[in-house]
Amino acid sequence: MNDHAPGQSTTMQSRPNVELMKTELSDPVAEALREKVSVRNLNFFYGDYRALKDISLPLYDRKVTAFIGPSGCGKSTLLRILNRMYDLYPGQRAEGEVLLDGENILDPKADLNLLRARIGMVFQKPTPFPMSIYDNIAFGIRLYEKVPKSEMNDRVEDALKRTALWDEVKDKLQSSGLGLSGGQQQRLCIARSIAVRPSVLLLDEPTSALDPISTAKIEELIYQLKVDYTIAIVTHNMQQAARAADFSAFMYLGELVEFGTTDQVFTHPREQRTEDYITGRFG
Amino acid sequence: MNNLDMTLYRRRRLKNRAAMVLSVGAAGAGMVALVWILATLFLKGASGVSLSVLTQMTPPPGSDGGLLNAIFGSVVQTLIATLIGTPVGILAGTYMAEYGRNTKLTMVVRFINDVLLSAPSIVVGLFVYEIMVQPMGHFSAWAGSVALAILVLPVVVRTTEDMLLLVPDSLREAASALGAPRWMVIQRVCYRAARAGLITGTLLAVARVSGETAPLLFTSLNNQFWSTNMNAPMANLPVVIFQFALSPYEDWQRLAWVGALLITLTVLFLNIIARSLSKPSGGER
Ligand SMILES: Nc1ncnc2c1ncn2[C@@H]1O[C@H](COP(=O)(O)OP(=O)(O)OP(=O)(O)O)[C@@H](O)[C@H]1O
Ligand SMILES: [Mg+2]
Repeated sequence: MNDHAPGQSTTMQSRPNVELMKTELSDPVAEALREKVSVRNLNFFYGDYRALKDISLPLYDRKVTAFIGPSGCGKSTLLRILNRMYDLYPGQRAEGEVLLDGENILDPKADLNLLRARIGMVFQKPTPFPMSIYDNIAFGIRLYEKVPKSEMNDRVEDALKRTALWDEVKDKLQSSGLGLSGGQQQRLCIARSIAVRPSVLLLDEPTSALDPISTAKIEELIYQLKVDYTIAIVTHNMQQAARAADFSAFMYLGELVEFGTTDQVFTHPREQRTEDYITGRFG
Repeated sequence: MNNLDMTLYRRRRLKNRAAMVLSVGAAGAGMVALVWILATLFLKGASGVSLSVLTQMTPPPGSDGGLLNAIFGSVVQTLIATLIGTPVGILAGTYMAEYGRNTKLTMVVRFINDVLLSAPSIVVGLFVYEIMVQPMGHFSAWAGSVALAILVLPVVVRTTEDMLLLVPDSLREAASALGAPRWMVIQRVCYRAARAGLITGTLLAVARVSGETAPLLFTSLNNQFWSTNMNAPMANLPVVIFQFALSPYEDWQRLAWVGALLITLTVLFLNIIARSLSKPSGGER
């Protein structure tokens, strides 16, 4: 996460400016940045309540972006827009644009199921399906692909290995996913999400219910997954954001206060509110 | 301790005793009634149990016979009622819990379903008499099956809705997040999570209708002979028991006891299965 020159922070203005970032960053690593997801002037409403106010920010390809901010500031809301999870509930609506590879996913004509197959999501509480460990992972793969049994076995094994769960469950693949511990269930859910090979992975406080060892395993996993996936992670754990994320976005009361490299946001926050939150003076 | 404390204490102890005696007595009375019923049933019924019960037809008074046609009729009509009532009930419950949550239609259906759930079964019997038996001009096993199906339906609707509402939304979201279309989320994830509850609900519905007499009295009536014709009257245990128990003939009365024992054991058996099924689901989420 330290592969960006600290100097870049001075080139950014108080509002995150996507274009500025792309054009003015000078070091070669940063220049390779590509916007995988672009959020533009996004507003979100729960009925009449406006939960997000004019949010604009990028998620860079194969980078980890952390969303931090006090409880109720709209982090989960933002994440749930990115795969249009809010569509399951009447009365919730979004305005503005969210581009995935240049395509507006808020377009009413967008195919939601295909979109969600491309954007994986892991929730705060583990949500294993009431079926075997094997089927938990095969479920998503079977939705969009017809793979022969042997390849399916490989895919399941691969997903479980990447989430460091394989050794713990390889002898009981046919037993229920509900029988695993909380940390194992969460890793199973992450395995399930990456098995369908999405291009973006959304993690909403994936480690908040886990012990330090499971947490460390999942952070390690995030680090490895970054090679293939664009990741957005919501976390209340400042150290976790600092450790795992390349970019950080600080949100407050439905607004995006600050967006920048994690280095910059944590060491030279431009906004007083960001500094107060990070140093624990409120929140 | 002074004297005042002691009297207070004694009075409390007395109250405690009284409350305990009353509640133990009430529980005991319930138990006694149940054991009495079961014991009477076994004493009177078991003596009449023989192979001929399962091999012979209901006899005319004064001759030997069994309950084969009535057992067959009950099984067939209950089965058909379940085959009609369960799918319709599960689909309706699915609409209410999955697609139409909080819609007006759901609230109306739920209200009507609750009315139906507590409707006296004789009303259902009369209703089917009006819409089927009258127009057709004769009693029939079809009419009996439909009457029982109408009694199965609200139980299944109710349990399906309740059981699906117990499935947490987070599970639906997780399945949707993988790109699963709605019907697949319901079929592969929600039904599976609620499976034990759905089966239990169906079993309890079957148990409930297997002893119903009134609706069959107006619909399939009875048939002294072996009949597999769904368009004709068909024998069934409850109506046979009703008829035989009220008769002055001793051998008929004996068969009525056997029939009552059979139904009770069936209901007991269904309840035990339902019980054992609903237990492991408590451990799951
Ligand atoms: N289903 C809903 N209906 C109405 N308002 C909601 C709903 N879900 C969230 N909100 C409101 O939207 C705002 C943002 O909620 P959100 O869940 O996005 O916060 P968050 O940043 O994820 O908080 P936390 O850190 O506690 O998870 C809050 O004020 C919340 O009360
Ligand atoms: Mg949240």
